[in-house]
Amino acid sequence: MGEASAADTIVALSSGRPPAAIAVVRTSGPHAFAAAEAIAGAVPPPRTATLRRLTDPRDGSIIDEALLIRFDAPNSATGENIVEYQCHGGRATVDALITALLAQPGVRLAEPGEFTRRALANGRIDLTEAEGLADLLTAETELQRRSAMARAGGALRRRLDDWRERLLGFAAQAEVAIDYADEDEGAAGFDLPPAIGELADEMALLVRAPRVEPLRDGIRVVVAGPPNAGKSSLVNALAQSEKAIVTHIAGTTRDVIEVPIAIGGVPFVLVDTAGLRESRDAVESIGIDRARSESQRADLLLWLGADPPPDHPGLIRVAAKSDLREGASGLPVSAVTGEGLEELVRILVTCARTLLPKGDELALDRRQHELLQEAAAALERASHLADPVLIAEELRSARQSVDRISGRAGVEELLDALFGRFCLGK
Amino acid sequence: MFDVLVIGGGHAGCEAACAAARRGARVALLTFRADDLGQMSCNPSIGGVGKGHLVREVDAMGGIMAHAADRAAIHRRMLNASKGSAVRGPRIQADRRLYREAVARLVDESGVLVIEGEAVTLRMAGGAVQGVQLADGSLIDARAVILTTGTFLGATMFRGEERWRGGRLGGRAASALGAQVRELGLADSRLKTGTPPRLDGRTIDWARTEVQPSDRDDWTMALDPDPARLPQLSCAMTRTNARSHDVIRAGLGRSPLFAGAIEGRGPRYCPSIEDKIHRFGDRDGHQIFLEPEGLDTHLVYPNGISTSLPTDVQVELVRSVEGLERCEIVQPGYAVEYEYADPRRLELTLQHREVVGLFFAGQINGTTGYEEAAAQGLVAGLNSAAVALDLAEARFDRGASYIGVMVDDLTIQGVSEPYRMLTARSEYRLHLRADNAVSRLGPMALDLGALDVGQARRVRERLESHRVATGALAESVTGRELGADDSARKPLFEWARREDLLPAIRERMPAGPAADEAIDDAVYAPYLSRLKDELVARARDRALAIPLSFDFGRVPGLSNEMRERLEAAGPADLDQASRVAGVTPAALSALHFALIRAAA
Repeated sequence: MGEASAADTIVALSSGRPPAAIAVVRTSGPHAFAAAEAIAGAVPPPRTATLRRLTDPRDGSIIDEALLIRFDAPNSATGENIVEYQCHGGRATVDALITALLAQPGVRLAEPGEFTRRALANGRIDLTEAEGLADLLTAETELQRRSAMARAGGALRRRLDDWRERLLGFAAQAEVAIDYADEDEGAAGFDLPPAIGELADEMALLVRAPRVEPLRDGIRVVVAGPPNAGKSSLVNALAQSEKAIVTHIAGTTRDVIEVPIAIGGVPFVLVDTAGLRESRDAVESIGIDRARSESQRADLLLWLGADPPPDHPGLIRVAAKSDLREGASGLPVSAVTGEGLEELVRILVTCARTLLPKGDELALDRRQHELLQEAAAALERASHLADPVLIAEELRSARQSVDRISGRAGVEELLDALFGRFCLGK
Repeated sequence: MFDVLVIGGGHAGCEAACAAARRGARVALLTFRADDLGQMSCNPSIGGVGKGHLVREVDAMGGIMAHAADRAAIHRRMLNASKGSAVRGPRIQADRRLYREAVARLVDESGVLVIEGEAVTLRMAGGAVQGVQLADGSLIDARAVILTTGTFLGATMFRGEERWRGGRLGGRAASALGAQVRELGLADSRLKTGTPPRLDGRTIDWARTEVQPSDRDDWTMALDPDPARLPQLSCAMTRTNARSHDVIRAGLGRSPLFAGAIEGRGPRYCPSIEDKIHRFGDRDGHQIFLEPEGLDTHLVYPNGISTSLPTDVQVELVRSVEGLERCEIVQPGYAVEYEYADPRRLELTLQHREVVGLFFAGQINGTTGYEEAAAQGLVAGLNSAAVALDLAEARFDRGASYIGVMVDDLTIQGVSEPYRMLTARSEYRLHLRADNAVSRLGPMALDLGALDVGQARRVRERLESHRVATGALAESVTGRELGADDSARKPLFEWARREDLLPAIRERMPAGPAADEAIDDAVYAPYLSRLKDELVARARDRALAIPLSFDFGRVPGLSNEMRERLEAAGPADLDQASRVAGVTPAALSALHFALIRAAA
């Protein structure tokens, strides 16, 4: 296998694309110190920014003067030995440094996300933090950045840790009643259900809170309505409106046109279902199905035209082509004159904010959401049970779900909780 | 030439010898003294929650422990009788002498040849065991050897300032056999355990204790009930008090546990009384169960005050307790610190990973308890016969038995404290019940030829009556027929989820344990279906085998720490790898992909 191995030392440019004032090049792995010694003369003391002259050991040519910072395993971002080089951010300098590092034994270019993966593999961060970190790296709007910060910073992990701790406490009580039935501790009264119910409610609160997907992927605004209702014109008008920033180039996916834009720091994806319905008759029925499923996936549904709209919690009726028509119900908007556009944008942003996690508020993604929902449901069931065996079973299932959110597990922790809290054993 | 040679005549050794013999192996059991077969070295009871499950499982596989327990039982107690059947744990108090005699008879009846002697060297060639050499120079040839030598690697006893080397086994650690076993995989830590003082029952004021009578119910440990039934004795309970705790605190400085003489890690579930006072000092009293040691002895085992305090402190401690004010100690308690062999060097069959035909079972693997030892003896016995006679392996899955939970835990996680079975260790507790051990393991026992003719007939009968009872539960009745105000028509199986209807359902069923088991199946059905999903997921992971030659160092993205953990555990498949302590999900997914690529 000539593939990536953890025995390798990886190197990558960790700051943005050059040119820039300063670039940060990071090396992580067993050879990080040796490579630094070869290039910078000597490895600096740990966690102290030290100025060094960098030379290419192959020909002695000078690369740059740079600040080096050394982090020792396991107390580093990846859990491995790390050397960071803060050099000048010109393209040639960065290239020369990375090329020189790659010439060192055991050093290779990092794969995308490999620093984070190593941090995860070495237990430096848990799954929720890794996911937050991934979001942070791709955040494009301010709201996205703040939410991702909260996750990467471990806010969710801390909440989960607290829940885990309480779940373990409950489980220990149930297990004591089972495995130590004939002793004081086990025979003592056992009244968990109310406390379990409280925890279920707390979890349910987060389950109901706005999710991270609309924030990460943009609020899905689906523009739908009968043929020729003016859907494409409206999408174009919105995308070109003064306040909208088209965040990247529109592509077509799943046969619908998606235009990601940001308005006032809020990410949106405008979805034009036009192309579907107005294609050839033969595929029309497929098109209608797709339009319908798009409507279901919509966070907000802009319904154009006079036809009765489908049921949707985020429905906004728009009377499009207001310059031509009158009498259609909804907000009058004209893509041609710009009438009502500003008002529509204001409504979109207002509605969107209710669907988005507020700034530093915790938000879950789909995976976390499903698992937490399972945990809350198991606790809800447990809170109505009397038999400690069945309660323990539901607690185990809840614990498993919570553990899977953060990627931890283990019966040993339960035993620790059991024997730490109770005096057991004859 | 024997097929199987068992070294050691404790609970693991006797069970191992009989299991191998039932599969048709020619078996010899080597022990220092034939009279010591089946000796209960600590508390005089068998079973309990988790442990009772193990005994029933060993019985379903044709083992001897349940029979010996029934023959020696002088007190019975079904623990958790008021809770769900999944955690009901049968436990008996045994007459020590009768238990020993029962075991000796069962070993004899199974055709095992008992040899008195001391093994000094394992003879090995070409990565396979060949037999042993005895202290007198004679040789015993065997295709498989099972080591069930308990703490023979070196045990030190502690009481106050006293120290002595392990009883009759003293000094054996220095023998060639000890050195060989160390080389084959000594663990890098020591374990400790302890035992309470033994009391003279004639000096106990029983009127001042709380009497605990034996169960009236007529249950037995073994599937095959033994006609003989001994007179049943009561146990009693008393407790320590503030004065006892003062005595202990004053003596702590002279306890080897607290003076730092003992480094080994003791079981958290069986702490010494000084540990209890030290860690839970706010408690106003700790229970002491007074357990009779037999019908014709005055010895009483005070369960709950295991201690290594000096003898004078033990006397003062005992006499501070209500009912024991004038009590005489016959033999003071002490602590034991010992070495053990790292069970991670073993396969799930308990065969050593590097030496064909060499098996380890019982306390030598870091476990505690007669039941845990017997269950391992069973596994090693069945599999040693497989090696010697080229029969099918006996693999116990943790989804199907506590035996499976234990061998999986031991061989993957190793031990850091003496390993005792607790139902909390199983993910499938609602399925692993003491009452359905035959349903879970009977078919496997029949397939492996692990049962004698009579046992096989009874297991088939039980499986058949369970099938009939399950069929009877399919009958559709209205709620009214069961006395409920409900005209809906449903199978009894579904009505069984209503606790209030269980008595009416039971009346419509044939009497007997098989019917009770079928009803319990119905009660737990909603939970069991969820467990089945987990089992299916695990089976998928089990299908991804990790070859013995697999190089964890070549898994992309696996950190050194993860690699070391996995190498130490040596998981057989991805499912086992997922249970290796401390292995992160990221490491598992890296391993997962590497295994798929390696298999492709």
